[in-house]
Amino acid sequence: MMETTALLRVENLKKYYPIKKGFWKKVVGHIKAVDGVTFTIWRGETLGLVGESGCGKSTLGKCILRAVEPTEGRVEFILNGSPLEMTALDKKSLRAARRHMQMIFQDPYSSLDPRMTVMDIISEPLRVNKVCNKEEIEERVKKLVELVGLNVNHLKRYPHAFSGGQRQRIGIARALALNPEFIVADEPVSALDVSVQSQILNLLLDLQKEFHLTYLFISHDLGVIQHVSDRVAVMYVGRIVEMAPTEEIFFAPKHPYTEALIAAVPRPDPRFRKNKGVLQGEVPNPAAPPPGCYFHLRCPYATKRCAEETPIWDEITPGHFVACHYAHDLTLRPID
Amino acid sequence: MEAGTEMELFQPLQRENEEGYVFAQPATTYWRDAWRRLKRNRAAMVGLAVIVFLVFLALFGPYFCPYSYSDQDLTPEGINQPPSWRHWFGTDNLGRDLFVRVLYGARISLAVGVFASLIILCIGVIYGGISGYLGGKVDNIMMRVVDVIYGIPLVLVVILLMVILQPGLKNVMIAIGATYWIQMARIVRGQILSLKEQDYVMAATALGASRRRILLRHLIPNSIGPIIVTATLSIPEAIFTEAFLSFIGLGVAAPMASWGALASEGVQSLRSYPWQLLFPGLAICLTMLAFNFFGDGLRDALDPWMRR
Repeated sequence: MMETTALLRVENLKKYYPIKKGFWKKVVGHIKAVDGVTFTIWRGETLGLVGESGCGKSTLGKCILRAVEPTEGRVEFILNGSPLEMTALDKKSLRAARRHMQMIFQDPYSSLDPRMTVMDIISEPLRVNKVCNKEEIEERVKKLVELVGLNVNHLKRYPHAFSGGQRQRIGIARALALNPEFIVADEPVSALDVSVQSQILNLLLDLQKEFHLTYLFISHDLGVIQHVSDRVAVMYVGRIVEMAPTEEIFFAPKHPYTEALIAAVPRPDPRFRKNKGVLQGEVPNPAAPPPGCYFHLRCPYATKRCAEETPIWDEITPGHFVACHYAHDLTLRPID
Repeated sequence: MEAGTEMELFQPLQRENEEGYVFAQPATTYWRDAWRRLKRNRAAMVGLAVIVFLVFLALFGPYFCPYSYSDQDLTPEGINQPPSWRHWFGTDNLGRDLFVRVLYGARISLAVGVFASLIILCIGVIYGGISGYLGGKVDNIMMRVVDVIYGIPLVLVVILLMVILQPGLKNVMIAIGATYWIQMARIVRGQILSLKEQDYVMAATALGASRRRILLRHLIPNSIGPIIVTATLSIPEAIFTEAFLSFIGLGVAAPMASWGALASEGVQSLRSYPWQLLFPGLAICLTMLAFNFFGDGLRDALDPWMRR
């Protein structure tokens, strides 16, 4: 399944939001939503991105598509073998490049324009990019609607007539309309019922197989991530702390934060009692993160060094990246 | 799972309806929904009926009258007649039939109301839309301009404009339209400011839609409810302002007369012939009330937060 050609290279990507105060809107600090992130996404894979609420997952996804302007760093999209630097494109070429990368949104209620029919919503990408004429648009929309498992007879309906799962299917059809290669799925199932979640996940996986899609799958649900991802990146306060193939993340975690995350996964077993140390303390303020390793205040293995020195992003075994001083020394608990 | 024996008791249910989902209701559009709610509001429907009636009278009423608005009857018996079967609203001091003059006044007042509010609509929506969508510094500057205009009494501005523009129907509309748009601009800006954070705007951006398209296809259609309500409520305001301008002699020129001009003439002979003020005054009141009731009803019908 995994190919080894890169589709997307992200280098030292940063997004800082200025904090303004007072009448003159003086900038008094920055919220570091994404704080220097580097990784590569391979063609055809699903990279899962996990982390707590507010750690910058969504911002990272939007920065990659330049739906949000990154403050610093490079995003390189490899299109037909030649690299395309997303971060350097002007407005016009950016618009052209966006055909190849789309987004699926978290909230199926706010991501569809309530004043547009399903037909209008799904055909909008085709109209905006002027890829085909009127009859072709209708053909294409009908095909897309069938592809995502909706009824062709409902094209004239407005989004409010549909359930959450169906709305998400409409969103997926819209994302697929232009035959993109890369899709950022920003928590696509977290707003849905569990029974509907699996339907949507399986739809996404089927579509991936059929169209050779590459996903950046953002979620805070480790169960979902384990189910869909080939590789997983764990994010904490704007930084990726560990990235590895899915099995390695779950069965051989190397970063204490990953360990804590997978220990917190709820188990469908009423006899299971939580007895392990749940993380103490709060997530640090992204406007004023602590020195050294951002996790050292909550890390059970932290030493003096962790408070002083920022750990480097290191490939400890092939394909397994960790940012921890003691990645080689610690033996961490896998998922059970 | 160890509970294998229990699991065998469960059998998958055959699916009957492969479509999975059938709509119980026919497709209701936003407008049909709003109309349904509007129909339940009695005050609004009375208002609407009065408006329709007034428009009908203004358009066709004068053709059924034997007099014209400028026909004079200067005989001593002809001037200042009280209401009678021949002259329903009586006559004025030049012996002109007041009923016909009120009907013609309705034409002018309604025309001013509608066209001034169209001008308000155009300027307000464009100004507010751009200000809200672009945001940041542009928004800041544009809204400060609005604040400055808002700080000056609007009637004063209209009067000054009228002095420059010369009295006349067209200029009244322009003067009112050019000053009263700020309310509309503020409302549109507020709507767009909150709507542009919605995911569907982000989705449209990610699809490669231009700013213009997002503003025209997504943001403005989604704020159409408040826009219509504000436009409807600006009609009586424009009518009232026009009446006021005519009252102080800056409105349309004689022998044409709007309700304000009629009221102004009526005031001069209020002691002796009170009906000369009463009827134009009643007409103004009735129209204002009708439009305001209708506008309020529209707000309730179009406001999505009130949806039951």
